[in-house]
Amino acid sequence: MAGSGTPRIGVLALQGDFREHAIVLRGLGADVVNVRRPEELAAVDGLILPGGESSVQDKLSRTFGLAEPLKQAIASGLPVYGTCAGLIFLADRITDGIAGQQTLGGLDVVVRRNAFGSQLDSFETDLDVPVLGGEPVHAVFIRAPVVDTLGPRATALASLADGRVVAVEQGNLLGTAFHPEVTGDIRFHAYFLDKVRAHAA
Amino acid sequence: MTNSNNTGEQGSNRVKRGLAEMLKGGVIMDVVTAEQARIAEDAGAVAVMALERVPADIRSQGGVARMSDPDLIESIIAEVSIPVMAKARIGHFVEAQVLQALNVDYIDESEVLSPADYVNHIDKWDFNVPFVCGATNLGEALRRINEGAAMIRSKGEAGTGDVSEATKHIRKIKSEIAQLSSMSKDELYVAAKELQAPYELVAEIAETGKLPVVLFTAGGVATPADAAMMMQLGADGVFVGSGIFKSGNPEKRAAAVVKATTFFDDPSVIAEVSRGLGEAMVGINVSDLAAPHRLAERGW
Repeated sequence: MAGSGTPRIGVLALQGDFREHAIVLRGLGADVVNVRRPEELAAVDGLILPGGESSVQDKLSRTFGLAEPLKQAIASGLPVYGTCAGLIFLADRITDGIAGQQTLGGLDVVVRRNAFGSQLDSFETDLDVPVLGGEPVHAVFIRAPVVDTLGPRATALASLADGRVVAVEQGNLLGTAFHPEVTGDIRFHAYFLDKVRAHAA
Repeated sequence: MTNSNNTGEQGSNRVKRGLAEMLKGGVIMDVVTAEQARIAEDAGAVAVMALERVPADIRSQGGVARMSDPDLIESIIAEVSIPVMAKARIGHFVEAQVLQALNVDYIDESEVLSPADYVNHIDKWDFNVPFVCGATNLGEALRRINEGAAMIRSKGEAGTGDVSEATKHIRKIKSEIAQLSSMSKDELYVAAKELQAPYELVAEIAETGKLPVVLFTAGGVATPADAAMMMQLGADGVFVGSGIFKSGNPEKRAAAVVKATTFFDDPSVIAEVSRGLGEAMVGINVSDLAAPHRLAERGW
C-alpha cells in the first residue's frame, strides 16, 4: 500500500466484467489497476478475477505469460477474490471445462463449470452469508459454476437451498459462483478489502 | 449440465443483461457447423452464433434467409460449452419461441435474415431467453431496449468484410449518447421526440452517459485491426461473421482477433497477431452495393 493506507487492487482485465469490479472497488476507496501483463501484477496488494468466459481468460492468461506470475502470486499469499469465471480460475480442479482448460489453482475445491445449464437456467436468489452478517445477499447466477467438492482446507461461506456450495474462503482466497459486482451489494468486496488490509498490515 | 430445484427468479432483466456483461471484451463468432464451433471455442470465442449460412453467403446466394434448422443448432450446442446464440427474423416471434425451446443462450433478432414483419419487432419481454438486436443509431437502440433487448450490437454491413459501416454506426451511437449527456433537462423532451425513443430511456442515458445494456459492434469486421478499432471506438466487444470462416486460415485468424480485442490499445500486440494470417475474406465495398442489398437498412 506504499504507506498511503489505500489498498491497490488489480483487476484481471483480459475479458469479462472487470469494469464493474473496478467501479465497486473505487466506491470503497481502493486504487484500481487493470492487469493484463505480468508487470502490472507486481505492484498490487490484492487481485480480482472477474466474471466472464473462463476458457477464454485461461487461454489469454497463458498466451500472454500471465498464468505463471498469477500462480506465484497466489502461492505467495496475495489476497485474491474470484467471481464466477474467477472462482473456476481459482479452483484446484474443475469439471466440465473445455478440452485442455487449466486453472490457476489455490482453492482446495472442485468446481463444476456451467453447473446449472443454459442461460435459461440462470437465476437470481437471496443467500444467507453468515460471515457478512445482516441481510441476505441478493445473488445473481449467470451460467454459473458450483463447488462440487469442498476440500479440507476450504470453508463454505454460502450454499443454495439444496446444499450446493456457492461461496468459499481459504485464507486469503475468496470465491463466489455469483456476481456481487452487478447487484450493488458491496459487502463481499468490503470483506475482501479487509483481507487485503490485514495482509498488508 | 442438469437443471436443479433452485428456487430463484429466472429470466429477469438483470439475469438477461448480465450474460452480455460477462461477454464483454470478447469475440462472438458466426459458425455454420459443429466443426467450426469447435474451432471458434478453441480459438477463444466467448460465444458462437449458430446459423446455416454466413452473411456473405446469404448475400451471394440470395433468397429468403430464415432461422436455422434446429438439428444444426442442437449439434452446435452439443459441441461447445460456451454460450450459443441463434438468429430469428425481425418480428418472427414464433422462430424466437422455437429458439427458446431449443435452449439457445441468446437470440439475435437480426436484419441479416429476411424480415418477417415490416412493422413490428418481437416483444422481447415475453421471453426468458435474452435478445440482442442491431442498431444503426441511438434511437433505434433505445427502441429495441424498450421492446426488451438485453444487448445491442451496432449493425455495420454484414457479409461485406468492409468495416466502414460498423465504424459509422458505433460512432453515431457514441456521439448521440455524448450529445444527450451535455443537454439540459428541459431539452431532453425534444431529444426523445427526435430520437423516436421513450423519454425515460433518454433521460436515463443523459444521466448515466451510457446505454443500460452492453453494446457490441458487428458487420464487416474482418481483421484483428478492425476488431481493435471497434474497441477503441468504445464497443464492449465484437461480433465477427463471415470474416473468420471466409478467410484463408480460420483457426489462426480467429485466435488473432481474440487477442487483438483484449489488447485493443496495444499496437505492438495487434501487429504481432496480424502477421501471416493468410488471405482475409475477399469482401465487397459497401459503396458498390445497391441500396436494396444493404442489410443495415432493415429494421427501424
